[in-house]
Amino acid sequence: MSDRRNLFNKVWDLHDVRTLANGQTQLFIGLHLIHEVTSPQAFEILRDRNLKVAYPAQTIATVDHIVPTTDQSRPFLDGLAEKMMSAIERNCDEFGVTLLDLKDGRQGIVHVVGPEQGLTQPGMTIVCGDSHTSTHGAFGSIAIGIGTSNVAQVLATQTMFLSRPKVRRIVVNGELAPGVYAKDVILHIIQQLGVQGGVGYAYEYCGTTIDAMSIEERMTVCNMSIEGGARCGYVNPDEKTVEYLRGRPSVATGDEFERAAAWWLTLASGDDAEFDDEVVYNAADIEPTVTWGITPAQSVGVSQPLPNVSDCDASEQTLIKEALEFMGLAEGEPVKGTQIDVAFIGSCTNSRMSDLREAARIVAGHKVADNVKAIVVPGSQLVREQAMQEGLHEVFEAAGFEWREAGCSMCLAMNPDKLQGREVCASSSNRNFKGRQGSPTGRTLLMSPAMVAAAAIEGKVADIREFAGAAV
Amino acid sequence: MTNEVKSVSGACIPLMLDDIDTDRIIPARYLRCVTFDGLGEHAFEDDRKQDPNHPFNHTKFSGASVLVAGRNFGCGSSREHAPQSLMRWGIKAVLAESFAEIFFGNCCSLGVAAVTASRDDLDKLAAAIEADPTLEVVVSLEDLKATAGDLSIPVAMPDSAREALITGEWDYLGQLLSAASAVKEHAATVPYLNAFST
Ligand code: SF4
Repeated sequence: MSDRRNLFNKVWDLHDVRTLANGQTQLFIGLHLIHEVTSPQAFEILRDRNLKVAYPAQTIATVDHIVPTTDQSRPFLDGLAEKMMSAIERNCDEFGVTLLDLKDGRQGIVHVVGPEQGLTQPGMTIVCGDSHTSTHGAFGSIAIGIGTSNVAQVLATQTMFLSRPKVRRIVVNGELAPGVYAKDVILHIIQQLGVQGGVGYAYEYCGTTIDAMSIEERMTVCNMSIEGGARCGYVNPDEKTVEYLRGRPSVATGDEFERAAAWWLTLASGDDAEFDDEVVYNAADIEPTVTWGITPAQSVGVSQPLPNVSDCDASEQTLIKEALEFMGLAEGEPVKGTQIDVAFIGSCTNSRMSDLREAARIVAGHKVADNVKAIVVPGSQLVREQAMQEGLHEVFEAAGFEWREAGCSMCLAMNPDKLQGREVCASSSNRNFKGRQGSPTGRTLLMSPAMVAAAAIEGKVADIREFAGAAV
Repeated sequence: MTNEVKSVSGACIPLMLDDIDTDRIIPARYLRCVTFDGLGEHAFEDDRKQDPNHPFNHTKFSGASVLVAGRNFGCGSSREHAPQSLMRWGIKAVLAESFAEIFFGNCCSLGVAAVTASRDDLDKLAAAIEADPTLEVVVSLEDLKATAGDLSIPVAMPDSAREALITGEWDYLGQLLSAASAVKEHAATVPYLNAFST
C-alpha cells in the first residue's frame, strides 16, 4: 500500500523521539540556526544550569539583525549592538558553535545563509529563534520559528515539545502573468486566508504555479507563511531542489549525494496523500499586489482601489479604519499613485540573486525620483559578491540607489537603517506592522522587488506592467 | 510546588483590538539587549506615545495582572521579548479571542496563562472593567472559567498547556533533558545524520 502521509507527517514521524500522554511530541531537531537577537538569553539559561550545547555540529550561528550596512568597523557605533555582537561571539566560542560572522565571507540573513550553504535540506526539522524560519520549508523540510526558551531547550537537548499541526494543501495552478511574482502569490494567499487563517496549520504549497517556480521563488512563498498565521510552510522536493543543493558546501558528495537525492524525492507527498484541508487558487487571478494597511493581509491588486469600510465585514471594520487612519490613506482611493519617500530592496523574503537581477533590470537606465531615498541590501555577503561580479551594483548606483552590506537592515530597523517620522516606504520585506521599519509612525507598503524598483523610479506606487522601459 | 499556576487573579486591563503584533507589544529597538531585564516599562511604548488614551497609559489600570485582548493576539515575530515585557509589566494571564501560535508557546514557556474566550464574553468583561477598573478577575485554569463580580465566562486552553501550568511542569527543559538517551538513540536513525544509509 502506498504511503498516504503527506511530506509534513512523514518528516514529523521521522523525528518523533517520544509522544507524551498529553499528545505533545518531543521532536528531534536536525538543524538549529542561531542569530544575535534571540540567543543571548538562551545561552544564559545554559550557563545558569551548567549545561552544554548537546549537538554543536547541528547548530550554526550568523549575525544579521543588528549589523550596520554601511560602516561595519568594530566596535560598532551603537554600543548596544556591539554588546550583542560580543555576546554571540563569546557564546559561540565558549559553547563550540560555528559562527559565520562579519569577517567570515558567508555571513548574511540567517534564512538566506542556510540554503546558500546547503545547510537547509529536504527531510530535516529546522528551527531558529525567528518567525521567518518557515523560509527553509521551500526545500521540503519542517522549518519553524521558536522563542528564546525553546532556543535554550534545543541547544541543550536538540529537541523540543510540539503539538502536531494540521496540514492544509494550498494549490496554485496556472501561469503567472508578466509582472506577477512569487511575492504576489503569497500576498494574495494571505489576503484570501487572512493573517490568522493558518493558525494550527502547516501549509503545503503545490500546483503547477509552484512547480514552475525556482527554489528562490519558493523561498519567498514559504517565507511569508507565518504572516498568514502558519508557523510552517513547505514545498515538496523535486529535481530543482536536488540540483540547487548539488555541490553546495554542507551537502554530501559522490554516492552519498545520490543516496540523499533519492531519499529526498521519496519524501514528497504522493498524489493520493491526505490533508486536513485544501484550497485552490488560480494564478490568472493574481495581480501585482501591494499592501496598504498594517497587516500583511491588508493588500490589493495594484489596479484596485482601497476597500470601502462599509463594504467590509463588520468584524473587520475597526481594524480597517485604524489601518487607513495610520496610513493616511482614504477608503476607495486607488493604491496606484501613493507617494513614497523610501524604497527598500532587501530582507529574507526578497534579497537573493533573482530578486536583485530583476530589480536591476527594471531600474537600468532610469533615475530614482527626487526626494526618494532608495537602498539595496543584499541578503548575504555571497549574494553581494555575486551581484557585484555581475555588475548589478553599478546599475543600482547609476540609478541612484545606495548599495549596502548584507543584513536585515530596514526590514525591522534594529540597525541604523530606519524610516524617519511618517515616511512611506515601498518595501520588498514581509511586515507592514505599525513602527516596523524603525519610526513609530513610519508607513510600509509591501510589494515585490520589481514593484519597489518601479516605485523608486516613479516616486509613487506604479504598476510594473505599465512601467515605461521595462518589458516585463 | 511553587511553579503551579492553577489560577490567576487580580485587576484587568482591556485592550480589545485585533491582530496586535509583537512589534507593537515591544518595538524592535528594545531587542538590542542581552537580558530581558527592564523590558516591562517599554511594553506598547510606541502605541502609548501615539494614543494618550491607550490603556497602558492609564494609572487606573497600572496594577493589572490580567490582559483582555482581541483576535490573533501576539502575531508576527517570534520574539520572546513580547511576553517577557508583558510579564515584567505585571501581566500574569492573557485572555484573548485567539492567539498567534509562537506567542502562545512563548507564554507557556514563561508560565503566563494564555487562555481564550468568545468575543461576546470578552466584550462583556472589558465593559465591566471599564465600568469598574478595580474589579478583581479570577481566571481559573482548573475550572476553565473567568469570574469578575457577577460575570462568569467560560475560557479555553489546550490540554497540554493547561496541564503543564496546573502541575507546575511548564519548565520543559528538565523534561526534555530526562530523555537524553532516547534522543541519542533517535539521532542514530535520522538518515541525514548517518550518511543517508539508515
Ligand atoms: S530580514 Fe527581516 S524578517 Fe528576515 S530575519 Fe531579518 S528581520 Fe527577520
